[in-house]
Amino acid sequence: MAETRNEFLKQVAAEALATAAVTFLLSFLLVGFDTVSLQGQALTFNTRFDAVAWAVALVTAGRVLMALDRHGLHWPILVFGSIFAAYFIFAGVCGVLGYPAYDNLPKPHFDQPMALVIFGIAAVIIVGLSLAGRRTRQIHAMSSEQRKAIEATSASRGYLFLKYLGPTLIVFALALPLFANQKWVDALVVALTFVALAWGLNIVVGLAGLLDLGYVAFYAVGAYTYTKMSMYFHLDFWETLGFAGIFAAIFGIVLGFPVLRLRGDYLAIVTLGFGEMIRVTMLNWVDFSNGPAGINNVPYIDFFGIPFKRKPEEGTESFHTLLGIDYSTGQRLYFMYYVVLVLSLIICFVAVRMRKLPIGRAWEALREDEIACRALGINPTNTKLTAFAIGASFAGLSGAFFATRLGFVSPDPFNFELSAMVLAAVVLGGAGSQVTVALAALVLTIVPIVMLDLVHYRMLVFGVVMVLAMLWRPQGIAGHRRPTIWLHGKKNQPLTASEGEALA
Amino acid sequence: MTATKALPPELRPAPDPDELLCVDHLTMRFGGLVAIDSVSMVAKRKQITAIIGPNGAGKTTVFNCITGFYKPTMGRVALYSTPGEVPFLLERMDGFRIGQQARVARTFQNIRLFGGMSVLENLMVAQHNKLMHASGFTVLGLVGAKSFRRAEAEAKDRAVDWLKRINLIRVADSPAGSLPYGDQRRLEIARAMCTDPVLLCLDEPAAGLNPRESAELNNLLKSLRDEFGIGVLLIEHDMSVVMGISDHIVVLEYGRKISDGDPAKVRNDPAVIRAYLGEDA
Repeated sequence: MAETRNEFLKQVAAEALATAAVTFLLSFLLVGFDTVSLQGQALTFNTRFDAVAWAVALVTAGRVLMALDRHGLHWPILVFGSIFAAYFIFAGVCGVLGYPAYDNLPKPHFDQPMALVIFGIAAVIIVGLSLAGRRTRQIHAMSSEQRKAIEATSASRGYLFLKYLGPTLIVFALALPLFANQKWVDALVVALTFVALAWGLNIVVGLAGLLDLGYVAFYAVGAYTYTKMSMYFHLDFWETLGFAGIFAAIFGIVLGFPVLRLRGDYLAIVTLGFGEMIRVTMLNWVDFSNGPAGINNVPYIDFFGIPFKRKPEEGTESFHTLLGIDYSTGQRLYFMYYVVLVLSLIICFVAVRMRKLPIGRAWEALREDEIACRALGINPTNTKLTAFAIGASFAGLSGAFFATRLGFVSPDPFNFELSAMVLAAVVLGGAGSQVTVALAALVLTIVPIVMLDLVHYRMLVFGVVMVLAMLWRPQGIAGHRRPTIWLHGKKNQPLTASEGEALA
Repeated sequence: MTATKALPPELRPAPDPDELLCVDHLTMRFGGLVAIDSVSMVAKRKQITAIIGPNGAGKTTVFNCITGFYKPTMGRVALYSTPGEVPFLLERMDGFRIGQQARVARTFQNIRLFGGMSVLENLMVAQHNKLMHASGFTVLGLVGAKSFRRAEAEAKDRAVDWLKRINLIRVADSPAGSLPYGDQRRLEIARAMCTDPVLLCLDEPAAGLNPRESAELNNLLKSLRDEFGIGVLLIEHDMSVVMGISDHIVVLEYGRKISDGDPAKVRNDPAVIRAYLGEDA
């Protein structure tokens, strides 16, 4: 007994030592030295060894708890993890809300309340992981019937959740301007634009399985088409919107023709290059795009040809004179919000519908096996091109929303980071499911707006979210794919493979 | 008749109206390697033609040339879809057009189903071209036109008929990849049949099947020939299948044809015995 106990302690100690060493090696140079510039002239450094010590201590403690948990001693991670999480979140929230108590609370090296909250949340996640791991082990120990029953209930619960989530979100979105202020409505216009973008990419990546890393190019095409068309041809918002979609689709086809012969990684690299090409062209083609300075005074959205202006020009109407109400800057914003909402819902409807049409099934079949598709007489080039064109046209529409919201377009926002974020929304959401992709897109846009003072930690949080998603839901939030056509009637859950066998 | 006289020789209708596929001096080289060396053969309507031969004889390469996955180095592959009319010259066609226009369907040695899609969806994808027309290239489908819904219901009925025939109706909604191996083989054949082919090319359909399953396969293949009147081209190692159902057998060895004829003739051909059992046998 004593022997196994010794053995066990030795293992835990070894793990702890190794972890401490690795953490020290990783953080010593990266965290321990902080480069500073003296009056913008010379470079020097400050040492931050206390931060290194904190890092080593926290990581090692966490590792010890995890090791104990793995060896069957579960209570330490639950107790200490919960205390840690509760304290950090409490201290962080105190700081965020500006309570004086915050100053007296002992806290680690840094003095950023939101960071404390994030560390607290991370601790909650770790405790959750440990519980989830135990649950998994329990399920593994069960008989296959029990396991099947559990899988089936969780799948049906997940499906029911998704089924009601979509309508709930729509009702919420419709009612939102009643109780949100202008800042929030504006943020939601941005978020909805991003959602529409993600729905478009979902067709290309999620359904057709073509990894497009330069999707933002079509967004840029839409934005610049909107800008140029409305400024030089004086077309109103609705006419220009159509052109933005069509031009982006044409670009999609033009890019698609040479590129779609490539597969997988090669396709990803070429599309990445194309995305950058559009941005760099816009940066340098000053005659067209005014270069990095961008184009100002892009016309704002109008009410079916009637502008939202405080002082309409002589002899013309404005929205508020037409309705005989007072002018308010919110009118345009709320109108824009509803327009973007309705157009995104139309995009969503079209995408959902297309998935169930022959073209949608061909997209998915192409993703599954291109060779089999050719053997069945499906034209792979045309099928891919339609996916590219339709995805691109959705991006073009989003680009027009983008341009009209700000009234300003420059090449800057159309960078690779945006492409990566849209792709992340699709991957996190789970390829092919509209609701979860929208949810992921909303989270990815809203969270940075909420945590404005945490801009520096954005990528860190983003990375953590991606890793967790890979651990928990490697197929995205949606997880299961639902067939586009049913024989035995829709049930609340997809048949699992094992059930399929049981039926056979 | 005068019109056909004016056609170049390769476009003239086959002299024998029963002739479905005519492979003429087909040669395929990969660099210095000659995978198929001037193979000529004929497959007829309403017949099962088997291609057999030891491993590496070039059987699958012949298939790939017929179905457009390879462009042959030399030779002609003519498909007489309708008797008395101009043939499709398969060696000149793009891969997918061979399925779309010439209506040659095939299955694969390593099953290529759309594993993540449901069994029923697999059979619906096979009817893509027909449905694509019916959906007005998606426009009519988006507005939910009646003509499209009718076409889709017909396609579904057809898929259901096939699922009943291959006894997979109960698993219609589960992912194709979750089926047992033998079921996947049958589903792949049903999927190929849903494209409404005139020639069906099966690459080792009995591989990995147990004796009961391969007996079922024999019946299925016979029914394809007798009920649907299509030509079947078959690569197979399982001699119980080959000898039991083939009307005609072609034997390849090292890319050359060494024998050609009905099962009884091929079975007793000394060249075939030598190829399979060695020189001394």
